[in-house]
Amino acid sequence: MERFEITKTPINTENIIKKVEKREAGAITTFIGTVREWTNGKRTVRLEYEAYEPMAVQMLAQIGAEIEEKWEGASAAITHRIGVLDIGEAAVVIAVSSPHRKAAYEANEYAIERIKQIVPIWKKEIWEDGEQWIGDQLETTAYPNGKPDLSEGEQHD
Amino acid sequence: MIKILLFAGLAEQAGTQAIEIDMEQATTDEIKASLKEQYGLESIDTAMIAVNESYVKENTSVSSGDTVAIIPPVSGG
Repeated sequence: MERFEITKTPINTENIIKKVEKREAGAITTFIGTVREWTNGKRTVRLEYEAYEPMAVQMLAQIGAEIEEKWEGASAAITHRIGVLDIGEAAVVIAVSSPHRKAAYEANEYAIERIKQIVPIWKKEIWEDGEQWIGDQLETTAYPNGKPDLSEGEQHD
Repeated sequence: MIKILLFAGLAEQAGTQAIEIDMEQATTDEIKASLKEQYGLESIDTAMIAVNESYVKENTSVSSGDTVAIIPPVSGG
């Protein structure tokens, strides 16, 4: 049972939750990132995700390790889907368990922010009249340090 | 042989996802400059570089057998 995965098939959220269940947990938070139809007034028909798979899995595992270090007793599981996704489908599911709820909420948000920084996955939006690869949704454009912040970025908490 | 991997828009623009260059040694800056010129990849300037699946600093030396991935700004989630 791998806790960090890239998949080409629909994600079963229950399976991701099961990966973080444990007797020490008092809370499990789940985040499901879904394909949105409208972005800035433009209608998306479908999305296409591409990954550098071996590295993406490693980076997801690194995010999991960062979470365990920052929030004592927390455990994370993340699956990101790639390929063609329709409106409403789950692109990413993140489950975090921890002894107390606050850490589970915080660590879950941390995970999605870090995914958008360091995990080599790209999204192409396909509209009725065209398509475009989407870069850097954080709008930080060029990375000031020449690469994504790989250390545990306090500024992103 | 140094293996270069391209993704997303850069791969589409170059018309290929993998390129092999017949060199013993190179720096990542040299590789970027050469790809930019050869394939007209202007946006390569905003890309990160990973060598053997780990992010590296600018101008890292690589040698034959290494895999250099050109990582455009990511957009997962």
